[in-house]
Amino acid sequence: MKDELKFLSQRVAKGQMDRRAFLGRAAALGATAASANTLLSSAAMAAGAQKGGTIKVGVQGGSSTDSLDPATTTNSTATQISRLWGEPLVELNADGALDGRIAEEFSASADAKTWTFKIRSGVTFSNGKSLTADDVAATIERHAGEESKSGALGLLTDISGLRVEGDKFIVDLNSANADLPYLMTDYHLMIQPNGGKDDPAAAIGTGPYVIKEHESGVRTIAEKNPNYWDAELGHAGTIEVLNINDDTARVAALQSGQVDLVNRVPPRVAALVQRMRGVTVHSVPSAGHYVFIMHADTAPFDNKDLRLALKYAINRQEMVDKILFGNGSVGNDTPINASYPLFSGDMEQREYDPDKAAFHYKASGHDGSILLRTSDNSFPGAPDASQLFQQSAAAAGIQLEVKREPNDGYWSEVWNKQPFCTSYWSGRPIQDQMFSTAYLSTADWNDTRFVNEQFDQLLVAARGELDQVKRKQMYADMSTLVNQEGGLICPMFNNFLDATSDKVAGWGPSKGFDLMNFYAPMKMWVTA
Amino acid sequence: MSGALKLIAQRIALGLLLLLLVSILIFSGTQILPGDVAQSILGQSATPENLANLRAELGLEKPAYIRYFEWLAGLMRGDLGTALTSGVPISEAIAVRLENTLFLGAFAAAVSVPLAITLGLVSVRFRNRWPDKMISASTLASISLPEFFIGYLLILFFGVKLGWFPSVATVYEGMSFADRINTTVLPALTLTLVVLAHMMRMTRAAILNVMQSAYIETAELKGLGSFKIIWRHALPNAIAPIVNVVMLNMAYLIVGVVVVEVIFVYPGMGQYLVDHVSKRDVPVVQACGLIFAAIFIGLNLLADVISILSNPRLRHPK
Repeated sequence: MKDELKFLSQRVAKGQMDRRAFLGRAAALGATAASANTLLSSAAMAAGAQKGGTIKVGVQGGSSTDSLDPATTTNSTATQISRLWGEPLVELNADGALDGRIAEEFSASADAKTWTFKIRSGVTFSNGKSLTADDVAATIERHAGEESKSGALGLLTDISGLRVEGDKFIVDLNSANADLPYLMTDYHLMIQPNGGKDDPAAAIGTGPYVIKEHESGVRTIAEKNPNYWDAELGHAGTIEVLNINDDTARVAALQSGQVDLVNRVPPRVAALVQRMRGVTVHSVPSAGHYVFIMHADTAPFDNKDLRLALKYAINRQEMVDKILFGNGSVGNDTPINASYPLFSGDMEQREYDPDKAAFHYKASGHDGSILLRTSDNSFPGAPDASQLFQQSAAAAGIQLEVKREPNDGYWSEVWNKQPFCTSYWSGRPIQDQMFSTAYLSTADWNDTRFVNEQFDQLLVAARGELDQVKRKQMYADMSTLVNQEGGLICPMFNNFLDATSDKVAGWGPSKGFDLMNFYAPMKMWVTA
Repeated sequence: MSGALKLIAQRIALGLLLLLLVSILIFSGTQILPGDVAQSILGQSATPENLANLRAELGLEKPAYIRYFEWLAGLMRGDLGTALTSGVPISEAIAVRLENTLFLGAFAAAVSVPLAITLGLVSVRFRNRWPDKMISASTLASISLPEFFIGYLLILFFGVKLGWFPSVATVYEGMSFADRINTTVLPALTLTLVVLAHMMRMTRAAILNVMQSAYIETAELKGLGSFKIIWRHALPNAIAPIVNVVMLNMAYLIVGVVVVEVIFVYPGMGQYLVDHVSKRDVPVVQACGLIFAAIFIGLNLLADVISILSNPRLRHPK
């Protein structure tokens, strides 16, 4: 049935059959109206895609110190570049669910302790070598090994063994994890020949493009990989990635037609950019959040009343309006928002309430000013946000002292070291990963020093729980615990602000990172 | 002449000593920066395990002075080492960047130096009349605007509105010379506007100083044209201060242009240095610092030599 529907949808796209007739036939074949429509629009998108041409992307966030070794990727430009030449086992789709990439399919054992990935056949690396399950195993081994300096090391600590059986790659875990495949979407885990053990920075992979020229922090030229297996990905003949860190220069480059796509349009100019001729701004909700973090084990923040006082003393809507210029949504003192697949919106929204803040502040018995450290490096507009917080807290009789720290060294000297500062989290694809990374009591980046036995138990239990309804409730309970007990003040979730020129088409919804999870240059095409 | 040679040799020896001292200064400077290289490379998402592995690999557990002498010894052999962050040999990466920086500096100097001196001469010729006042006012206005603002204005008018020149000045290897010039017009123009006033004002002041001399009066009484007096009689005797200012500005065009590089996305040394400072990549910072210091000291040395040679009293000591 599926094939027949697909065939019919293509006929509609080619104009050989009208839409109404198609929907009738689809219903006759047992498809729901919604799924038939989705099929139709994806066929139209595919029919519209033009092949060839050059797409130029201006990306903020790279540096001349970047290496092509995916294990050391830390910024947007490097992520964008590895998406071109490499490919992970599985990838997030627009609904936040998973699509197989190098893994054709994947399944778990009943206890969710063993995961099997069936490797796609007929895939070759850009150096001509055929991809095997051994390459996949070697890749994960390199990132998870004891000597590893990979950014993905923290995700892979629970692995007890890696095995290969024919075309199957099998992961054994110490404890059950229903979400293991999500970890495999991590942008460090690009599958490389022999795991990249021989030459990690060679940029040899199975991706839709092949790197032709590369100068770190400047520009990268990639050409279409003629042997790429998926015809849906990679329309342009050449993709050029320019690293443009200056906001004004990036927007000017888009406006003057030197690039076709840019990421990170500054929120304060987004409305102006939208008015430029031939330019569209895309404001995409994300899991990224701008936060104020208190160490819950350090005085005065070890007092729950003081933490609550500060949580009630912040005006979340004002932050969204004045810091994000409306390009975002209010947070609720939990790192989770509607971007997550198992999000539950039942928790009551915490509002700005100077009276409650004053009440809890009094109950805490604290006296004198509270030092808040900030820097523009923690999130764009953090010093302004801190001053807004200072004002709204003053209305509740709480005195905040804002100290501006240097941008340079902020992540090593202030974040996760000082008891109260501004910070940024880019979010993760699933709740488990977000909570395990920053809220589990033993996590390295438990930057709010959140220690809660009940939370830790729930986290482990949820990981192995295959019943989605129960799991959803568990995650809701965990969010409530963080909201009530934790040291996190989360006023806002930022939207990704990307912009494209009318010389390219094919923008669509996505989850993950900005620029359609960095697949925009490959999913979009040059219009004639 | 031997007196002048001795003077020059002395200057060169002093320059080299200065360079050595600068290298120690740069090294100590990089040591007291907060944070460490491993944390900076791996970013916010590094675990203590990651960090320990990377530190061991980079040899960061050795004491600072040993690392300094190892590096100095390598330098004597012409080996700048490898970048801690990307693992690429520094000399290769720096060569490209240095070439770009020198290209942009030379381009800006080729426009600004003759222009500044000509404008200076014209100012003197029409001293206190409208051409002089207009030249002073416009060059002083352009030096008073911050570089980034001049850059943005040029991008707005020439890049976006008129579309004459690209707003992004990314040059790369294999680009033709004409393309390279076209791509770098806007940053070179920005730099020209930034350095013009200083050189122009100095030329004007130095020549005016000489214009008070008795021999200029003699030349005037001989009936020489005013431009000829300035050009043939005043300028040669005002060379020393002018050369000093020109060299100072040329050094600036090479070592002080990071803001312009960022705005125009120009792959020069400045951005390269800043990136590596923020990643605490000490060998690269050292290498860049030393190259900058060498250029700075070298250009000043050249200015000294030219002053010495242009001064008959030093050229022919009694």
